[in-house]
Amino acid sequence: MSSDDSVQRIERGAAFLDVRDLKVHFPTDDGLVKSVDGISFQLERGKTLGIVGESGSGKSVTSLSIMGLHKRGVAQISGQVFLDGQELVSSTPDEVRLLRGKRMAMIFQDPLSAMHPFYTVGQQIIEAYRVHNKVSKQVARKHAIEMLDRVGIPQPDKRVDAYPHQFSGGMRQRAMIAMALSCDPDLLIADEPTTALDVTVQAQILDLIRDLQREFNSAVIIITHDLGVVAELADDIQVMYAGRAIEYGTAEEIFESPQHPYTWGLLGSMPRIDRERTERLIPIKGTPPSLINVPKGCAFNPRCNYAHLNGGASETDRPELLDVGAGHKVACHLSPGERAKAWETDIKPKL
Amino acid sequence: MTVSTEEIDPTAVPGVVEPAIGEELLSVNGLVKHFPIRKGLLQRQVGAVQAVDGLTFNVTRGETLSLVGESGCGKTTTGRLLTRLLEPTSGEIVFEGRNISHLSEGKMRPLRRDVQMIFQDPYGSLNPRHTVGKIVGAPYRLQKVQTEHGVKRAVQELLELVGLSPEHYNRYPHEFSGGQRQRIGIARTLALRPKLIVADEPVSALDVSIQAQVVNLLEDLQKEFDLTYVMIAHDLSVVRHVSDRVAVMYLGKIVELADRVSLYEKPMHPYTVALLSAVPVPDTKRKGNVQRIRLEGDVPSPINPPPACRFHTRCWKAQDICKTTEPPLLQLAPGHQAACHFPENQPGDKPVTPAASEAS
Ligand SMILES: Nc1ncnc2c1ncn2[C@@H]1O[C@H](COP(=O)(O)OP(=O)(O)OP(=O)(O)O)[C@@H](O)[C@H]1O
Ligand SMILES: Nc1ncnc2c1ncn2[C@@H]1O[C@H](COP(=O)(O)OP(=O)(O)OP(=O)(O)O)[C@@H](O)[C@H]1O
Ligand code: SF4
Ligand code: SF4
Ligand SMILES: [Mg+2]
Ligand SMILES: [Mg+2]
Repeated sequence: MSSDDSVQRIERGAAFLDVRDLKVHFPTDDGLVKSVDGISFQLERGKTLGIVGESGSGKSVTSLSIMGLHKRGVAQISGQVFLDGQELVSSTPDEVRLLRGKRMAMIFQDPLSAMHPFYTVGQQIIEAYRVHNKVSKQVARKHAIEMLDRVGIPQPDKRVDAYPHQFSGGMRQRAMIAMALSCDPDLLIADEPTTALDVTVQAQILDLIRDLQREFNSAVIIITHDLGVVAELADDIQVMYAGRAIEYGTAEEIFESPQHPYTWGLLGSMPRIDRERTERLIPIKGTPPSLINVPKGCAFNPRCNYAHLNGGASETDRPELLDVGAGHKVACHLSPGERAKAWETDIKPKL
Repeated sequence: MTVSTEEIDPTAVPGVVEPAIGEELLSVNGLVKHFPIRKGLLQRQVGAVQAVDGLTFNVTRGETLSLVGESGCGKTTTGRLLTRLLEPTSGEIVFEGRNISHLSEGKMRPLRRDVQMIFQDPYGSLNPRHTVGKIVGAPYRLQKVQTEHGVKRAVQELLELVGLSPEHYNRYPHEFSGGQRQRIGIARTLALRPKLIVADEPVSALDVSIQAQVVNLLEDLQKEFDLTYVMIAHDLSVVRHVSDRVAVMYLGKIVELADRVSLYEKPMHPYTVALLSAVPVPDTKRKGNVQRIRLEGDVPSPINPPPACRFHTRCWKAQDICKTTEPPLLQLAPGHQAACHFPENQPGDKPVTPAASEAS
């Protein structure tokens, strides 16, 4: 997971997806929105990376930029994204479009925006499949019905001719998943793939993603607010706040010994079905930061209970994402001693 | 009776007495919604999607009733019926003692202030050409409500209430993240301080911290204004936290309806048992050794639902009777109804009493 070579060609088996210092900024009337502000991570084939974090922290914008789906001119993108050695940020829109579907595919957070209202669900899956597979319409249609069946759409042979608005929210979501999986992509980005689904269908979809991964050795990025889902699916987890990664580690590390105060807040605020019911949930205090005027120093400092322990550094210096051992990375000024103390006394007993 | 909607005080519908806390606010009887399927040039009806097929339940003032169940089982349709965004095929919806099942658009308008819906799809429901200020302020303008310090101040307060900042007033929906858009929708719903809110997946797009804020906010508003919620949600951990009672739906029917504690501790319907077993738990130590009931068989279609017990095609307890006789929704324990011939978690073999005699 630590290939630092700056050559453009990456060996197979090294990082299949290698994102380096990715920045995505949007100029608006009110100022420059720094949605993603310097993100680096790597992902190998066969592995799953979970991305969690605050709503609005840049998770979707990151994935859309990997997929090359931001309109040039609207978004200012810098940094590098290597997919199997090919750099995408500097590639032309046409080059990137050819990769979508087979090399990489995305399950969008918002199924309605990803589906065309005037075409039937079937037509859209068939279209997507035929871009990468030279097959007849009949064969593609059969494949579309199979895919709808695999994602659990009842009577897929009848429903294939329905329009998106005739589906329930969760069925639209599944139709889109069918579309994304129809070409067995090498890299699958799943942005909130199961938020609209009930837990039994969710379990089915997660199995489907695992199957895809096993069968085609795909790399998977799963973005979700459901910490139960990432705990189950992800090998590694990246936690984001205000456009940056603030913690990165294996799923076990993030859940068993999280290091960043924001991650602590996140884990502390979820209701847990495996624990006694609490009277009140405990959200992180304060409000999400403005991405136009990101707080100086550590972006989390106005909401952090430990900011005062760092001799002013939290308010002035932006902490870098540094390795604290065995690939577990944290962006926070707390000294190891203070961190251990806070974890043991304030946090761990309450989780 | 013709009244001009402009000057009516919508909370004072003539002849209506506001129910006290704990009394029935909404009662639903045999509610059905079938969507016709048409084919060919003549658009002949060839069948129907039986989205909602005979729901009977009531909601008391000040409580939170959650609807959970398989995707496509009719939860949103139910919500849209309760808020009368859809007209029922048959059955009754009685709100504050008044049958609203077939009220015309004009007669419904004053009631719209009392009965609001938070939509599942925060994208589709926000007009992309309007600023957030205009969107959230719209209910004030539509219902001609006076605000103490002007609409802008009121809107900015609402934005802060839901965790957005006042600087967002002049921005457009596409500039917001999924979770932020959901909060815009919630702010708009709260503007008129309705009595009944049907919230369709109100927090599923939110990160857990904001989710906790919104859940706390909904709870605070409930206490302060005696709000009543019908909540539609998939996250059963959240449902356990927010609900007083929970109704589990399967293919257009309620298969179990119980208070929170008894549903989570003693689920009776096999489908509910399967649902609860499938909840992902944020604990990496459990990875790989979760005892999960995998439902076998195809998800049936609401166009041709299986006869008798609709769950029989996927139920591991199914017997012949399940394929021939529909199990009625019966009261099997205090405050606990289930529709199953062989329910789980039964204390001995007590005779069962029909739920209908209990309904109130
Ligand atoms: N076209 C745009 N113009 C201006 N700002 C934008 C644009 N697109 C996104 N943003 C901003 O970028 C930030 C990151 O958005 P993004 O959709 O990546 O969030 P997210 O982490 O996916 O959140 P969620 O969990 O709510 O989906 C948000 O604050 C959003 O308002
Ligand atoms: N306008 C419509 N025309 C035809 N069928 C419809 C229409 N609206 C909904 N349906 C069908 O009715 C059924 C119930 O849909 P509904 O949206 O109520 O489900 P839901 O329980 O909210 O599901 P989800 O959890 O996926 O949102 C689905 O089979 C859906 O396809
Ligand atoms: S750097 Fe300071 S403000 Fe930021 S998380 Fe660490 S302690 Fe808190
Ligand atoms: S009635 Fe029969 S098929 Fe239906 S849930 Fe009960 S046991 Fe299963
Ligand atoms: Mg997103
Ligand atoms: Mg729905």
